[in-house]
Amino acid sequence: MEQKYTKQVLLLVIVTIILGLIFLIPFYFIIINSLKSFAEILLNTAAWPKEFQWHNYVEAWKRLKYPRVFLNSLIITVFSNLAIVLFSSMAAYRLVRTPNRVSKIIFFLFISAMVIPFQSIMIPLVQVTSQIGLINSIPGIIIMYLGFGAGFSVFLYHGFIKSIPREIEEAAIVDGCSSFCVFWHIVFPLLKPITVTIIILNSLWIWNDFLLPLLVLQDQNLRTIPLATFFFFGQYTKQWDLALAALILGIIPLLIFFFFLQRHIIKGITAGSIK
Amino acid sequence: MFNKTKFKQILTYISFVGPAFFVFSIIVIIPFVLGMYYSFTDWNGVSGTIKWVGIDNFFQIFTNDLQVKSSFLFTIKFTLASVILTNLLGFLLALSLTQSLKTKNILRTVFFMPNLIAGLLLGFIWQFIFVKGFSSIGEITGFSVFQLPWLGDAKTAFWGIVIVSVWQGAGYIMIIYIASILNIPHEVIEAARIDGASGWNMLRYIMLPLIRPAITICLFLSIAWSFKIFDLNFSLTSGGPFKSTESLAINIYTEAFVNNRYGLGAAKAFLFFIIVATITTFQVFYTKKKEVEA
Repeated sequence: MEQKYTKQVLLLVIVTIILGLIFLIPFYFIIINSLKSFAEILLNTAAWPKEFQWHNYVEAWKRLKYPRVFLNSLIITVFSNLAIVLFSSMAAYRLVRTPNRVSKIIFFLFISAMVIPFQSIMIPLVQVTSQIGLINSIPGIIIMYLGFGAGFSVFLYHGFIKSIPREIEEAAIVDGCSSFCVFWHIVFPLLKPITVTIIILNSLWIWNDFLLPLLVLQDQNLRTIPLATFFFFGQYTKQWDLALAALILGIIPLLIFFFFLQRHIIKGITAGSIK
Repeated sequence: MFNKTKFKQILTYISFVGPAFFVFSIIVIIPFVLGMYYSFTDWNGVSGTIKWVGIDNFFQIFTNDLQVKSSFLFTIKFTLASVILTNLLGFLLALSLTQSLKTKNILRTVFFMPNLIAGLLLGFIWQFIFVKGFSSIGEITGFSVFQLPWLGDAKTAFWGIVIVSVWQGAGYIMIIYIASILNIPHEVIEAARIDGASGWNMLRYIMLPLIRPAITICLFLSIAWSFKIFDLNFSLTSGGPFKSTESLAINIYTEAFVNNRYGLGAAKAFLFFIIVATITTFQVFYTKKKEVEA
């Protein structure tokens, strides 16, 4: 009996490891080929590079304008997150603490908008935002991310705030704290776990988003990483040596982010989806 | 005096709820309502005159538009294949990686990793794998599957997109199933084991009913992802060969921003919304009904 049990476990270990390797093969392929010359890629795709061609990376770095696009992605992601966390938590707090009909309607609008696919609003969105001057500007796209992120984030905050007892706040009000003071000093610190979840989910989405930047950021200097990669591919079709190096450059920031925050990310995903 | 406190209360309310709701209205609600209006017009996005055309656009979509029909079929088929395979693989991985294996943590990371990468980049990565990587694997192993022109043929291109989307989504789905499996009370499993349940019976009668909420969530998520697929599809095949793998989302994008038929695009987008909203709402209600309390 004992023998059989270990055999099964061993089999499971082997099968899952093989599956894991299969999952990793694409990474192996793009990494080794990003270090080959173009001729070598065509000649033998699976083999280890004869000599590391680091200058692929130098070229891709320059032609992508990597520092520029990286900074654009970073600024957009960080400030969108700040705006979403700030305004969604405030809104959700007041909606929970003022349970009247207006709050109900507003909350209902926030959550029903979650089923609207982006493609269903993108056409008029471009028109509306260009009329009020939000197009082709980084602050503009940050405001758009606030609009798109608000529904889900308000929903998550709303659920979390409901579980916070009101008594804590009442004590502070008696002590002469204003509503803003109560929120920032008492309530907001208690929201930390759900704030982490919201930041992680929104960061993965905003950092990787492609269609919204494609539609509203036409200026070359405003391109984000996915957008720059897209145009790079259009320009250097089938020039795999540079293209693969560019892809790796595009992937690296998120992988680093993941390895540092792995535990939080996994927790965040679980918490965000169970709600 | 009373009015003053009331006024102050309203002011506080507005300053808390106002900013988020105002931006949300401009970015989501107004475009959504405008989109409904545009779907009854012949707007081309450029000219100032927008003519009301009634239900002409919808009539056009249902009777005249062969491409939208093929995109619709593609999206349905793709969603079915991708949802089933992603959930099956995700669940099996979760089941394996909740056993006491020494390798479980590193493997969880490996399976989750593809999910971090932007769909657009994934499409490009796999374009290389299908075009160059597969043929060299084919040469080494001699398997003829790898030597097919994967992205050049409608049938294999379809499965190509399915493979990539499963590769991307399974890890995420796995994480949710893992959390749910670990949540099953230990006593329940023990009690079932003492009663003689094992293997298949344990899975079918004890575990599956208890992780029902996770199934609801995973189905909801994977249906939503697959039905709205755009980035990955756009970069992997850009709808080709011969538009055979063009998803609905790409079809809408092309209609509006490539063909400049905004009115028609808006009509498609409106129908798209109705389909997505119906499927997801229906699915959540249906699966929720089947959930059991532990």
